[in-house]
Amino acid sequence: MSELEKARIATVSLAGCFGCHMAILDIDERLIELMKLVEFDRSPLTDMKTFTRRCDIGIIEGGCCNEENVHVLRDFRRNCDVLIALGQCAIMGGLPAMRNAIMHSDAPLRECLEEAYITGDYIRNTTHQIPNDPALPLLLDEVYPCSDVVEIDYQIPGCAPSGDIIFNTLSSLLAGRFHGFARENIKFD
Amino acid sequence: MSDPDFTFTIDGTTIPAKPGQTIMEAADAAGVYIPRLCDHEGLRHQGGCRVCTVKAGGRSVAACTQPAAPKLVVENETDHINKLRRDLVEMLFHEGNHLCPICEASGNCELQAMAYRLDMTGPTKFPYLEPCRAVDASHPDIALDTNRCISCSRCIRASQDVDHKGVFGYVGRGIHRRVAVNGSDLAHTDADITDHAISADVCPVGCIIRKGVGFATPIGEREFDHGLIGSDIEGKRRE
Amino acid sequence: MDRYSNPTPGADFGAAPASRSAVVAICAAYGNDPHRMLDILRDIQDSFRWISPETMEIVADETGLSRIQVEGVASFYSFLSQVPKGRITIRFCDDIIDRFAGLADIVAIFEDALGIKTGETSADGAFSLEYTPCIGLCDQAPAAMINDVVVTSLTADRARDIAAALKAGQMPQDIAVAGFDDLSPHERATRMVANNIRQAGEVLLGPVSPEAGLENAIALAPAAIIDAVEASGLRGCGGAGFTTGRKWRFAAADPVARRFVFCNADEGEPGTFKDRVLLTERPHLMVEGMTIAARAVGAREGLIYLRGEYVYLREHLEQVLADRRARGLLGKDILGVEGFDFDLRIQIGAGAYICGEEGALISSCEGLPGEPKTRPPFPVNRGYLGFPTVVNNVETFCHVARIMDRGADWFFDMGSDGSHGTKLFSVSGDCRSPGVYELPYGLSLQELLERVGGEDAGAVQVGGPSGTMVDRANFHRRLTFDDLATGGAIIVFSAQRNILEIVEYYMSFFVHESCGYCTPCRVGNVFLQKAIAKFRKGLANPEDIDYLRDLSATIIETSRCGLGMTSPNPILTTLENFPMVYSALVKPSRDRIRATFDVQAAIDDARKLAKRRSYIFDKDFTK
Repeated sequence: MSELEKARIATVSLAGCFGCHMAILDIDERLIELMKLVEFDRSPLTDMKTFTRRCDIGIIEGGCCNEENVHVLRDFRRNCDVLIALGQCAIMGGLPAMRNAIMHSDAPLRECLEEAYITGDYIRNTTHQIPNDPALPLLLDEVYPCSDVVEIDYQIPGCAPSGDIIFNTLSSLLAGRFHGFARENIKFD
Repeated sequence: MSDPDFTFTIDGTTIPAKPGQTIMEAADAAGVYIPRLCDHEGLRHQGGCRVCTVKAGGRSVAACTQPAAPKLVVENETDHINKLRRDLVEMLFHEGNHLCPICEASGNCELQAMAYRLDMTGPTKFPYLEPCRAVDASHPDIALDTNRCISCSRCIRASQDVDHKGVFGYVGRGIHRRVAVNGSDLAHTDADITDHAISADVCPVGCIIRKGVGFATPIGEREFDHGLIGSDIEGKRRE
Repeated sequence: MDRYSNPTPGADFGAAPASRSAVVAICAAYGNDPHRMLDILRDIQDSFRWISPETMEIVADETGLSRIQVEGVASFYSFLSQVPKGRITIRFCDDIIDRFAGLADIVAIFEDALGIKTGETSADGAFSLEYTPCIGLCDQAPAAMINDVVVTSLTADRARDIAAALKAGQMPQDIAVAGFDDLSPHERATRMVANNIRQAGEVLLGPVSPEAGLENAIALAPAAIIDAVEASGLRGCGGAGFTTGRKWRFAAADPVARRFVFCNADEGEPGTFKDRVLLTERPHLMVEGMTIAARAVGAREGLIYLRGEYVYLREHLEQVLADRRARGLLGKDILGVEGFDFDLRIQIGAGAYICGEEGALISSCEGLPGEPKTRPPFPVNRGYLGFPTVVNNVETFCHVARIMDRGADWFFDMGSDGSHGTKLFSVSGDCRSPGVYELPYGLSLQELLERVGGEDAGAVQVGGPSGTMVDRANFHRRLTFDDLATGGAIIVFSAQRNILEIVEYYMSFFVHESCGYCTPCRVGNVFLQKAIAKFRKGLANPEDIDYLRDLSATIIETSRCGLGMTSPNPILTTLENFPMVYSALVKPSRDRIRATFDVQAAIDDARKLAKRRSYIFDKDFTK
């Protein structure tokens, strides 16, 4: 099989912990099999920061917690035929979305940042300031699942998803015969 | 003189039943599993979660409260019924804060296990309601996080009918209805770690927390890491 | 999400703590009977303006319940409060009709005059302002309850006068009716609330011969009464339309120690107020019908479940009962018939629509939260306290008395096939003559609209929110059980009204009134309400139309009682009859990027907090 016929995959970690990317490596020796079929384009795994060309599959880890996440996710949607939400954060916001539910005041974002940087019991922040470097992307009012921002084609559950479910899903998608997950592979943790 | 025993069918399988038995009781005895969350062995039937919805004689009913009847034709594992159940389970996921990765009930949680069984993996349009209720950690051995409660009332019934204590009850109405305790907080009730209502069995999710035992069982060895929920009942049939 | 929720506990607003002896006395007045919990808690609320945790402990001790059981009841009903309320509580009727009739201006006047917002209690404990769903006065909106009385047809001037009078210390009843103390209970009711009888029909609102039906009934064997009622074709007038005679036959079937006859006067369906008029003008006929039912099924005890919003009718009804007892029409050996004993009491509700469902009504009478009961067993087999219980609507009992007077054939010959006799329609909204109309079944909606001066309607909600929203193309449909079934509500909307505003209000109503027992109704209705809000904000995807249908179908099929089985109707019937309203608002994705995700709104909080603009989404970032 020539290089040109290989499917191109792009990946990105948005508001996630990078655990789902680590889980891609849990495919273990089957990676060799997979790499015969695919080539990675834009991805932290290749350290490529931009798309070199349109990709067949985009794999998204993490939900959207800031404006850059939205921008990147939209870029992925424009540049990929199929988008896969990988793991609970991309699917439903995951742990970062806990901040959606711990707001008590009328200014929830302020409350969140103050707790995180100033008033929290375990904070040692000698500046007593909320970081505000111009290079920092603005936070969103809430953490959003990816499907709120763009249309998502497939979602692979897990935190992180197992190597098995990632490998099985990718290989059946590449073969054009994905018909859902084996029940024993479905895990939300 | 009591009425004679009779039979009815679930998805074509003949089920023997005694007068007064519910569809679910007869199905359980015959090794046919009907998914359920609020129903629990040894407790009064509730009919609240509606996950045990079946079609009986063409009408959708809760199998846990609907009496079986001679020659009744019941549909259980159809695509249509399972879709309804998936919707209901998903509603419960979205009503509370169910973050499986950080919940100590994960792997032993019946809500999660039901989602696995019903293949709740598709995209959702349901919004997340994200409740923000204070956790009650006042009791030395027990904590209560009602953000994870699915309103099954199993703890209420177990405490009332088995422990004869009445530690738990509902307050409020509608979407604001929630489990509360018979006192200003758990420490001011007669709840005890040895209560049936507090046992691992009764709370299907991670709402009632036994302190000091969380995360003890490694992933892979938890109740639903292997074997689907309901496989114990289905196993009876194979024997 | 919820306009009606109680404020969080805080100041005591000058409310006196309920003294132990006073609470003990209230419990004792009801025999320390836990089944009278609603009465006990209502009395405590009236006396002390709230039900404190300490009070709940005392009530629990006296009635042999646990505190959490008492709290379960206290927290279920809207008119009971676990924070102190003002000495005067004003509850604005928040129905969509009141909103369209200028409710917001009236509310603003009261808020301004009393210095508090709706949902708040004044610091001196004098006033509370609240919203409450439909109080059964849509024909004279905007309306409000002030403690136990009501004020109607509010104008800005009237609102200012009322607020000033209240601040000056005038009693609510004197504000509602001039010369209150010198009037009879019936006069008080009719001066407070107009009957607005626009059309009196042959059965109910025309002339009736008092006790003629009861006299005929006692000459018959009980089974023959049931036969006659069944032969008349009478079906329940509350909305569900179950055949009355059959219901009675079931209740009379098994030999049991006790049976009950309950009258459902919990008229809560928004836009319905015909029972209010019957309770005011035909209370004897209603009790006569109940007495006939008692004779037919062998009941000795009965009860009228009067919705808390109609508490202003309580003394009027009490007087009717007292009068009938004095005349030998209630009590022992009624009309001299040895062994024909029947008496009844009034149970006042406390703000819960669900209690109109017969199982929930019975739960409420048993002192429990108003949750429907598991069926089977049905109330006719095992109802109140486990005994066979007949629950019928006010109008149904009135019809019964007339059927026994004039004969089953007379009634059967009126109306149309399958829908016999006359029906009371509660007409409100955008029409010239809102009020109550008694008409034979079978009229077309168009014919009704012509009578009420609503020919220009753009839409008509038939049967209230749990019924059908009908568009102009369907005004030919007929008001019968088989076509447009209705408990009587006819809500007329002009072509200028925003359909989705109406739908969103109705969904918020169902969210507020769901008891919470079953998952689909408790959770699903919130999702529907949120989805409609998305449509109204222009944030709905095209797929959301299918989502509305799909979610509605699940709620209807899996809900435990009639509330959830009908609550999606405002959405389903408008999707069916006004599809463009929805499709015009959806935003399709562009290049599969959701046009419904508003990034500008999402970053606005952070933009203000960080005091800088977005380098990605603000085009003028570099400026």
